[in-house]
Amino acid sequence: MDSAPQGLTVEKIHVWRGDRHVLKGVSLALCPGELLQVAGPNGTGKTTLLRVACGLLRPEQGRVTWCGRPISGIRPQYQSALVYAAHEPALKGDLTPLENLRYLVGLKRSVTTAELEAALERTGVAACAQLPVRVLSAGQRRRVALARVLAMRSGLWMLDEPFTNLDASGSALVTDLLREHVSATGMALVVAHHDIALSGRLRRLELQ
Amino acid sequence: MWTWFYRLASPPYVYRSAAALTPWFMTVAAIAIVCGLVGGLGWAPPDYQQGDAFRIIYVHVPSAYMSLFCYTTMAVAGAIGLIWRIKMAYALAAATAPVGASFTVLALITGSLWGKPMWGTYWAWDPRLTSELILLFLYAGVMSLRPAFEDPARGDRAAALLAIVGVVNVPIIHYSVLWWNSLHQGATIAKIGKPSMPASMLWPLLMMLLGFMCFYGAVVCMRLRGEVLNRERQSAWVREAIKS
Amino acid sequence: MSAAELAGGPEVSAMRAMALVVRRELRLSFRRPEQVLQPLVFFLIVTTLFPLGLSLQLSLLRDMAPGVLWVAALLSSLLSLDSLFKSDADDGTLDQLALSGQSLTAIVIAKTAAHWLVSGAALVLVSPLVGIALGIPVAIFPTMLGSLALGTLSLSWLGAIGAGLTVGVKRGNVLVSLIVLPLAMPLLIFGAGATDRAASGISSAGALYLLGSLCVFTCTLAPFATAAALRITLE
Repeated sequence: MDSAPQGLTVEKIHVWRGDRHVLKGVSLALCPGELLQVAGPNGTGKTTLLRVACGLLRPEQGRVTWCGRPISGIRPQYQSALVYAAHEPALKGDLTPLENLRYLVGLKRSVTTAELEAALERTGVAACAQLPVRVLSAGQRRRVALARVLAMRSGLWMLDEPFTNLDASGSALVTDLLREHVSATGMALVVAHHDIALSGRLRRLELQ
Repeated sequence: MWTWFYRLASPPYVYRSAAALTPWFMTVAAIAIVCGLVGGLGWAPPDYQQGDAFRIIYVHVPSAYMSLFCYTTMAVAGAIGLIWRIKMAYALAAATAPVGASFTVLALITGSLWGKPMWGTYWAWDPRLTSELILLFLYAGVMSLRPAFEDPARGDRAAALLAIVGVVNVPIIHYSVLWWNSLHQGATIAKIGKPSMPASMLWPLLMMLLGFMCFYGAVVCMRLRGEVLNRERQSAWVREAIKS
Repeated sequence: MSAAELAGGPEVSAMRAMALVVRRELRLSFRRPEQVLQPLVFFLIVTTLFPLGLSLQLSLLRDMAPGVLWVAALLSSLLSLDSLFKSDADDGTLDQLALSGQSLTAIVIAKTAAHWLVSGAALVLVSPLVGIALGIPVAIFPTMLGSLALGTLSLSWLGAIGAGLTVGVKRGNVLVSLIVLPLAMPLLIFGAGATDRAASGISSAGALYLLGSLCVFTCTLAPFATAAALRITLE
């Protein structure tokens, strides 16, 4: 096996939002098969950290590397390899879940309707596949967003509060999906308040 | 050579240099403007066509020139800030904007005052004045955009981008207004013609230009210090500087 | 699947991605037809304001008609700009577009083109009605339509820059107009000038060529500026 560095590293990033020093020298490393949970009180910059790791936000200091290369040089390749699920489910209210997925996933890879339907089935919203998203509940929208994460088939998952608006079965679903992903040598960076029930491959990063 | 460039990016350095440069700029500005005014108002002979009315060019032309110069400076500073992510460049752009806008207003007022003896009216949609007016609108756009953001860094970047887009459009706007004017104005309307310029008329103009340039330098240095203090108010060196 | 190889970018070509974006935008517009119709109605209302406010004399009206038409087109295009990026920014889709691995410039081109199809192109189709109401001779309709088509296209690209810059600003409507209108003045000059010259019987070719070159200039450079503006918003 080659000795090339694998995975994501974030090295000593500093971010200021106006006057606030939101991230003060935060570092992390993520290898295939690992799940890193980012936790901490409100306002400590968890979402900001995720956005820096995705490459949406440029830090004042520090850098992010992917497979040993800084992401500023390999942005298209890096961003094709990840999927980001933010607080907002990123769904258009006037389109159906199937149409939403087709447009979002279709920008990255050619995908068939069957694959999308399978993803919606896996997350339990296959019944709503033909309804406009605006009639779905918040929990159902979250599940559609999860289906998008599945359908992207990316190696790196960046999830911001994936358990929001989900009931017990929904939370169990998220945990199962994470477990399957990580077992298949995927990586995940998850911002979450409650502890994820995954033994073994789970590490935590507390932000102050 | 690059160390000089990067030193310019350091806020304490900019703060101290601006303080040191201000009196020099002010002195040169005062001398140049006085010489220019004396030369232009007293020495230069009256224009055979326009009489003494033409003397307003000694304020009008330098202001118009400075209004364009300031806009370009703002755009270049913005570009430097965006490309090399130097915060002091944004401070320079922010410091320059109102000064440039003031020069534009001055150019418009003096141009309008010149218009009265020339056309008999204070405003006649002359191509140059119309271009200046549109430039004022461009300034207004940039100056309104910056404070519209909650995060001042984002406001700086957006204003810088707008200034760059604007500066690319300035020649387009100027030529389109010229075209429009040639279309609609008959040959009967006299334009603010450049009087033929013997040396005795020209050198006061250049002196005034130099004076205005140095005045801009002095004012921008003063404003820049204020901008630097405001932007860096959280840092230690500012607290030291304020205490002393 | 192996997670950490340095993959080669998105599997979908830029052209296919742009086609996908255009289809999405058109589908969204057709599901909300009122958003397409409102600026058109505004266009008709504004053109009615001028005869009401000025004079009923048809000859006077005819002289002013090209200018009135163009100002109304300009103002109603500005109104429809709001919908270009705002809803995407609000629901997080903009993040996803930026992270799709596709060039943000290509996506911007696709969105703006689709936006023009439902705003500017619609305006051009409605303009004969307005032309008749304002007394523009039917013979010069081709010039009028051509100049409006080029003008609204350029305005869409130019307006996209303004829309991109003000996406994060609350109540940025007036600010967008403040930013875009001075930049759009050359368009107004050449567009109304072309129609005016045609109405006076003089050749409008020069003005149309100038308008066309402005359009090409804007179409080539504006998408980069808009993508840069959007990236500033995303930060």
